[in-house]
Amino acid sequence: MKTPRFLFPAATAGILALTLTACGGGGGGGTTGGGSDAEANLDGRGPITYVQGKDNNNVVRPLIEKWNAEHPDEKVTFKEQTDQADQQHDDLVQRFQAKSTDYDVVSVDVVWTAEFAAKGWLQPLKDKMAIDTNGMLEAPVESASYKGTLYAAPKDSDGGILYYRKDLVPEPPKTWDEMMEMCSIAKENNIGCYAGQFKQYEGLTVNASEAINSAGGSVLDDEGKPSLNTPEAEEGLNNLVEAFANGNIPAEAITYQEEESRRAFQEGKLLFHRNWPYIYSLISTEGSSQVKDKFGMAPLPGKDGPGASSLGGHSAAISVYSKNKATALDFIKFLTSEEQQKFFANQASLAPVLSSLYEDQELVSKLPYLTVLQESIANAVPRPVTPFYPAVTQAIQENSYAALKGEKSAKQALEDMQKSIESAGAGSQ
Amino acid sequence: MATELGPTPVKPASGAPAVHHGPKGVGEDNRILSQGKWASWLLAPTIIALGVVIVYPIISAIVMSFQKDAGLDPATGLFTAGGPAGIQNYVNWLGQQCAAPGGGTVACPPGTLGGQFWSATGTTFLFTVITVALETVLGFWMAMIMARSFKGRGLVRAAVLVPWAIPTAVTAQLWLFMFDFNGIINKVFSASILWTGSEWPAKWAVIIADTWKTTPFMALLILAGLQMIPAEVYEASKVDGASAWQRFRLITLPLVKPALMVAILFRTLDALRMFDLPYILTGGANNTTTLSILVINQIRQGFNSAAALSTITFLIIFLVAFIFVRFLGANVVEQSGATGKGKK
Amino acid sequence: MTTATASSSVGAGQGTASRASQSREQWASVRTYISAAVILIWCLAPAYWMVVTAFRQVGFTYDTTPWPTHVTLDNFLTAFDTSFGNRFGQALLNSIIIGVTVTVISLIIGVFAAYALARLNFRFKYLVLGFILGASMFPGVALITPLFQLFTNIGWMGTYQALIIPNISFVLPLTVYTLTSFFREMPWELEESARVDGCTQGQAFRKVIMPLAAPAIFTTAILAFISSWNEFLIASQLSNEATQPVTVAIASFAGAQPNQIPYTAIMAAGTIVTIPLVILVLVFQRKIVAGLTAGAVK
Repeated sequence: MKTPRFLFPAATAGILALTLTACGGGGGGGTTGGGSDAEANLDGRGPITYVQGKDNNNVVRPLIEKWNAEHPDEKVTFKEQTDQADQQHDDLVQRFQAKSTDYDVVSVDVVWTAEFAAKGWLQPLKDKMAIDTNGMLEAPVESASYKGTLYAAPKDSDGGILYYRKDLVPEPPKTWDEMMEMCSIAKENNIGCYAGQFKQYEGLTVNASEAINSAGGSVLDDEGKPSLNTPEAEEGLNNLVEAFANGNIPAEAITYQEEESRRAFQEGKLLFHRNWPYIYSLISTEGSSQVKDKFGMAPLPGKDGPGASSLGGHSAAISVYSKNKATALDFIKFLTSEEQQKFFANQASLAPVLSSLYEDQELVSKLPYLTVLQESIANAVPRPVTPFYPAVTQAIQENSYAALKGEKSAKQALEDMQKSIESAGAGSQ
Repeated sequence: MATELGPTPVKPASGAPAVHHGPKGVGEDNRILSQGKWASWLLAPTIIALGVVIVYPIISAIVMSFQKDAGLDPATGLFTAGGPAGIQNYVNWLGQQCAAPGGGTVACPPGTLGGQFWSATGTTFLFTVITVALETVLGFWMAMIMARSFKGRGLVRAAVLVPWAIPTAVTAQLWLFMFDFNGIINKVFSASILWTGSEWPAKWAVIIADTWKTTPFMALLILAGLQMIPAEVYEASKVDGASAWQRFRLITLPLVKPALMVAILFRTLDALRMFDLPYILTGGANNTTTLSILVINQIRQGFNSAAALSTITFLIIFLVAFIFVRFLGANVVEQSGATGKGKK
Repeated sequence: MTTATASSSVGAGQGTASRASQSREQWASVRTYISAAVILIWCLAPAYWMVVTAFRQVGFTYDTTPWPTHVTLDNFLTAFDTSFGNRFGQALLNSIIIGVTVTVISLIIGVFAAYALARLNFRFKYLVLGFILGASMFPGVALITPLFQLFTNIGWMGTYQALIIPNISFVLPLTVYTLTSFFREMPWELEESARVDGCTQGQAFRKVIMPLAAPAIFTTAILAFISSWNEFLIASQLSNEATQPVTVAIASFAGAQPNQIPYTAIMAAGTIVTIPLVILVLVFQRKIVAGLTAGAVK
């Protein structure tokens, strides 16, 4: 008796579905045309909105005030997102899918560029909308491009750095093997030898890609197809797997994100540590730091010389749905100008994308690691530039995590990554 | 107030349904009709509110779930609409099939979301069964203590609500912080457990945090149920010499059952959709990916396929709720069933 | 186990208590206090850690000394500091506005619906019940995108109603079910007799049934308020800086550097957010007791 009654909602839903489809619009499918939107409003001028994640060091507001004072008719409103990259990403995707005109200039993480470009959401920066990339570091420009077209203006960059205890190791290791040999020093001092970020999250993709790239392998080939079935890739991932197995990487590193690993290093529990430049000021000044004057910075170790860092950072892009693209273009030129780059570096320790600034004496004296960082970014490999980035990073994270925990061999993990990434792209015709 | 006591279970003190007081025959039909009219007015706001915010999204999700996800046009490098998919999205999830490079499908390799469907389903059920069971037992116990009168009862009642009053966004960060390898939990218990770094500790971390957070919900609902039991019922039963266990089993439990069932039912529905805690604590690693986490990960990779997964999740939960209501007596209008039955 | 000390004193008054049962009652009351202590520790220990952390200096966030050390009020000041675009004070107000509105509206329409479901006799009752419950079965994460598009189309993005209406729908199924289950247990014959005494149906409901239902209604109110107070997913996408609730404001707290989770500020915010709720519950609890007394008088 009750059964048919209880099931009624499903039936009703079915009927309603038929009537609602027309107005439902099936939105959110991520489908695009893009072409006509990219042609529209190229000469539009007027107020615009700039969107980026949390402005930790309060550098964006003063900058916008400066712009607004000079451009009273083309004022910029600042929309600040949260500090979480995932939330920033989803916020942008929601707006783009709804073809919202709320956002004009958006700050995109280097790994989102290809996805957003392929969805047709970013204004190609060519012809009338072109910007000058001369003098910019190569890797950030590459990561802001998709299929040979620039879609965003590189704004700030980031690269991995090897932090080491200069009181224990006078000369930093140049190669991975050298570093592993030095682990005996760590043992003598009863501390862990090396740690990066190995929790299953985006940071693991960074670390695993660095290991693979540093050993001469690569995640994707030039065509964007996975290329993980190589001895080089296997050697790279296996370096991490072995270090976990023999204890050179302490077991708790499997729970490390940036901050956990920084704490381990600054509490004196690690000899070598891979992290971003941001931790420099924290290690040197924070009250609980045990290694304030005892650490040095060097490029990541590679196979025969410096390793290949994964690239971080953000670019500024124009939404194709923006009404005032001419203003937006002026604003991103302003954001990426030498003067503002220097301001970012000075105030927020953000790594500039203009190579000239790495020679700037004022900056170098303030940020002594700039030379090391320049080398790191020069050797950096962008994380895989692919419109399927979410699937690619998922495949890398899940499989390398299993390998690091000893649940599968490095070889097996790479084979599974290869297959997963192939499958992600296979839906396309 | 009905107080037929003694060893026989006490019937909930509901009066006979109103209709029975009315005149029989033709009059009853009229009355049902006018009651129906009344009911539709009273229910309209609820139905409309749910229709707009929940039914509309569900239907649009169902529609989308029969579309293919956008695919990449190799010539332009742009995504293009996928076209109709029939039931392919559903087949792929249930069979854990992924697109094969040469066309067609293959079993999903590890590292794809498609390969996680059944394990996520298992994890979701595991979390649901354990947390709901723990929360029921703990919540019942807390409610019984809070129902007693003793000095400091107000304090206990306020304290019990604290875990639940802290927003989940904070709770999850708090537990992540405490479960840190160098955090307070390992310190207090002199342990060195990698809470978020291995399978069972990670699962237990989620279970402990969820139980802590939501037991107050159970306790509060059960307490409200306990408070509806008139004190005379207990007194009379004591006079009859019933033991504490008998009183619990024969009086408390049956009388609290309606409130208890509602509490368990809604906790189960919520637990089956668990998201924030495992997402923030473990990011879904170490087999703690629940169906909701899988949905949001899939939304980032392809919306139509995610819509299919949402619909599957909806059906799974629907099935659980159905079993609950049909076989476990969580039906809140069961007693009035006699008058509601036979109308269609 | 269920020995309520209140009712046992009645028993003693009747002179049925022997010395043995008295000592048994003392033992029962000791057990009550032990249980209460265990409950307090279980519920408050993590919250205690939240408060301790809230008062720690940022540089000593991970200190594991079990009592307060490196005490500072900075985190509370940081939480309310508006110079970097935090609007925690405004967000607190927003949460209260949204929570109260959601609670009041969902209770009113929930009481209507529950009355109909518990008291009236009509067709499709199971259909309606199934429909209402069905609304609690769809993964919340999948509701965001359709709602986002719906509210964008009708120009509601960032408005209070765009936050209030979804929240009402989220709490309604629970509200309706809880109230229905309690209404089923009400001694409705009292309503009938009140009507015999000359009350209208509305008066009878207000004056006789509502006081009896007070514990259930206040419990439901607390459940509804807290669930709206906790809501994050929808609010994070549909609110803007002017209307965002505390959960969103807390999520937008940031450390001095990227990647840093500002635990101390989050814990301070968590502490601030929890206090009004505890007060609210303490106030409501009086009402619950009052409702009980009213019921006992009948």
